[in-house]
Amino acid sequence: MTTTATGASEHDGHDEHDPAHEHHKFLAHHFDTPVQQFDSGKLGTWLFLTTEILLFSGLFCAYAVYRANHPQVFEFAHQYLDKRLGALNTIVLIFSSFTMAWGVRAAQLGKKNLCVTLLAITIACGAVFMCVKYVEYKAKWQEKLFPGANYNPTEMPKTDISEEKAAGKLAADEAKLPEVATTPAPAADLMKTVAPAMNTAPDGHIFEGSSIARAPVGPHSLNPDWVASENSRLRREEASVARHEPMDEPNNVQIFFSIYFMMTGLHGIHVLAGMCLIFWVLLRANRGEFGPEYFSPVDFVGLYWHVVDLVWIFLFPLLYLIT
Amino acid sequence: MAQVHETPSPADEHHVGHVVPFKILFAVFAALTLLTLITVGASYIDFGELNLIVALVIAVIKASLVVLFFMHLRWDRPFNAIVFVGCLIFVAIFLGFALIDTTQYHHSIFTEQAPGMKAHIPMKAEKLPG
Repeated sequence: MTTTATGASEHDGHDEHDPAHEHHKFLAHHFDTPVQQFDSGKLGTWLFLTTEILLFSGLFCAYAVYRANHPQVFEFAHQYLDKRLGALNTIVLIFSSFTMAWGVRAAQLGKKNLCVTLLAITIACGAVFMCVKYVEYKAKWQEKLFPGANYNPTEMPKTDISEEKAAGKLAADEAKLPEVATTPAPAADLMKTVAPAMNTAPDGHIFEGSSIARAPVGPHSLNPDWVASENSRLRREEASVARHEPMDEPNNVQIFFSIYFMMTGLHGIHVLAGMCLIFWVLLRANRGEFGPEYFSPVDFVGLYWHVVDLVWIFLFPLLYLIT
Repeated sequence: MAQVHETPSPADEHHVGHVVPFKILFAVFAALTLLTLITVGASYIDFGELNLIVALVIAVIKASLVVLFFMHLRWDRPFNAIVFVGCLIFVAIFLGFALIDTTQYHHSIFTEQAPGMKAHIPMKAEKLPG
């Protein structure tokens, strides 16, 4: 920021016929030098980007709190997401960040055609990203994996274990235990049969055991019925683990999909906004407005695009790569 | 055309911005792609609790590469870096304070039992009649 002081002292009085101003038609009248204008714009862009990061951090906070409280929900629900599509989208966004940074370089060097081409590739990558997101959202839509009270899945996720079963690797186990149902019940029905004594809030959140009398003075006066049902549940879980069955659906899986849709949805809106901004910059680049002394719009839109990439760099492992 | 400097020196007062050499841009892109493949590969290996840590460490490395080189922060005015790091500190305070005691309410909110009771259930349950 020392530039500001020296620049102001050199051009005191803001004379309209100042020779420094006549050479730069892009220089706004309230700035003294192109460097001062660029630095001011860049600082403003960084301040805006911090507000974007803080906006997303609210959703990351929701993610962290719910994952700390319901780890089993995240371990179960991530099986509905396709790692390969997530990885593909990560590579696409990283490539688009690369072409964007290269495009800024081209603008700085005054290579108009290269800059326009690179910006067009960046927009195309954004479009590919949104198309893959559409494929993913459509699959969720068809399986009725909606957030909140609308969560009503039509089938259980395919696990590695069920694939092994299909391959006949666990055929011996099957022969020993003929009573095990080979076709898993639809998840929604399973939820109702396994958990009859549950209350569902209007938003779909299930309060476990809320129909059972509370223990008024602590563990010694536990309701015997509840203790019996808890014991049988624990035994059922143990038996299920011993038989290598796919994980039973935990309660409140809709929490995961609420967080998933809010985080990826807000990120997707940012991708769309970024694509519009890059298109605006592309049109200006095509008119030959940018060169070594003036390329601020390309640079600042690029910074925004990189932050969109940054958010996805964290979203991808947190949502898709849960083990 | 004004003189363009490509050396990785801090932006000075005579030139607007800093031009990042193409080699660096491509190397960062290659590193980011490689790290993405590594993080996907690591998710197939069971490190237990460490899986989340490994994934986040790789994500932080990737984010640092993007911020330092694609976003020019390595050559930028230090004040922009202060703004960005300050933002990260506030994010850390936000997430850290939210996570400190969140699981303390788990049993009272989600199972409608007294806090800390869940740990007693399997032990006590086996001893009770009925």
